[in-house]
Amino acid sequence: MEESTDQGIAQAARQAFPQSTEAECGAPAAATGTLYPVTFTVNGSTARLDVSADAILLDVLRDQLKLTGTKKGCDLGQCGACTVHVNGVAVNACLSLAVMHDGDEITTIEGLERNGELHPVQQAFWSHDAYQCGYCTAGQMMSAVCVIRDTRIPADDASLREAMSGNLCRCGAYRNIVAAIQHARAAMQEGK
Amino acid sequence: MRSFDYLRAPDAAQAIALHAQRSDTVFLAGGTMLLDLMKLDVMRPARLVDIRRLGFDRVDVLDDGRVRIGAMVTNTELARHPHVQTHYPALSQALLSGASTQLRNKATTAGNIMQRVRCGYFRDGLSACNKREPGSGCAAIDGLNRNVHAVLGGSPHCIAAHPSDLCVAMVAIGATIHAQGPNGERDIAFADFHLLPGDTPWREHALDANEMITHVTLDPPMPDSRSAYLKLRDRASYQFALASSAVVLAMDGDTIRDVRIALGGVSTKPWRAQPAEAILRGKPVSDGLIRDAAAAAMDGARSYGQNGFKIVLGQQAVARNLSTLLAP
Repeated sequence: MEESTDQGIAQAARQAFPQSTEAECGAPAAATGTLYPVTFTVNGSTARLDVSADAILLDVLRDQLKLTGTKKGCDLGQCGACTVHVNGVAVNACLSLAVMHDGDEITTIEGLERNGELHPVQQAFWSHDAYQCGYCTAGQMMSAVCVIRDTRIPADDASLREAMSGNLCRCGAYRNIVAAIQHARAAMQEGK
Repeated sequence: MRSFDYLRAPDAAQAIALHAQRSDTVFLAGGTMLLDLMKLDVMRPARLVDIRRLGFDRVDVLDDGRVRIGAMVTNTELARHPHVQTHYPALSQALLSGASTQLRNKATTAGNIMQRVRCGYFRDGLSACNKREPGSGCAAIDGLNRNVHAVLGGSPHCIAAHPSDLCVAMVAIGATIHAQGPNGERDIAFADFHLLPGDTPWREHALDANEMITHVTLDPPMPDSRSAYLKLRDRASYQFALASSAVVLAMDGDTIRDVRIALGGVSTKPWRAQPAEAILRGKPVSDGLIRDAAAAAMDGARSYGQNGFKIVLGQQAVARNLSTLLAP
């Protein structure tokens, strides 16, 4: 099993903070170096991994599973670039431990297309030019798929903007993003 | 992030036992706040006990009209629950006004109640902060205190506002928190759960060591009532409240039969505005009455410099919410 980047960071942090765990907690942290087995499905394939407790889902997807379509932006749940689906629900992968997801079904941006065909949301982002630099785009599209699917969220533009407010776009492509999602919604309803 | 243990247990009693083994243990629910603060090195637990799969994930309407909410019910599922939307609109609106879609999908009922403050001096890990480092002082009192700092309920040791929207609605509705610990189960009135900072700002809630929230039960809806949550903030979405109000109101013709009002964003704990309720109860509606009640809601408020505008904004949050609910 590859060593995750997180373990390297954790080791660096321990060196940088020599007073950490032992001195402050009064007992050695049993966790150091402990690996936990976890099995989940990613884009339809089973992934069996051994991860440290502090391995963040986002880092495991990117660094261990090499699914780099999911982006790391703020790493604090504020920007939405890391949005993935867990059991069909959009969440921030940066605020989840990999070890929490034993048995879960995870979908990343790489899992949206079917047999080489872009998902209607991907196609709509392409045709509406709904990005500039593209860094937030994977997260935007993952959120959009869930927002369209969730019929409890009204379909008007204002409700859509509110539901998408957890995905920031520093380039300011918001108008085209809204247009793309509304177009994809219509395309998906026609396709039913 | 510092390293830590991760443990799961088959039931609440064993989760509590694992928690009790080490004093630097915390329960892990949705993780949206905990992992944020661990990455910032503000919270430094050596052990996480995952309590997400203990079965506290149901919303049950009880025979007596109350609603029992499992601690792990997500903010999204609670906000979208048909019974909550129909009978407790202020709660549904409060939840949907908080955070973002992704965070609401993961954040839990108990986690929302247990969330820590948004004060920048608490979160930066460096400044004087009595919550993070007891005795170090409060950098906010003479510092940047416009956005997430209180004008009600502060002390010389802490003025951080409680950040929750859900809690404001629950204070207005009335609720009971069910806790379980090494010595069994007990109930805590929602209004008594959050503590004022006083001389001990690091003590934020009424839970004992090793106790966990298992459920929250809402009081039955006020008969023939309407309710709403109004959140005033710097941008229209994904932003903490500068001032907010939850109002539950029942009319008898043109007379206010009963009313409950709570405030958020302006206070160090979810704030029940009983003086305002007393002014309104049993009186015929008028603009002057609403003005008097709004003023009474902010009784005792004081400015710490940048946040003085919240005294007026809090009044307006109450007045506008009341006026909208009273509009024909």
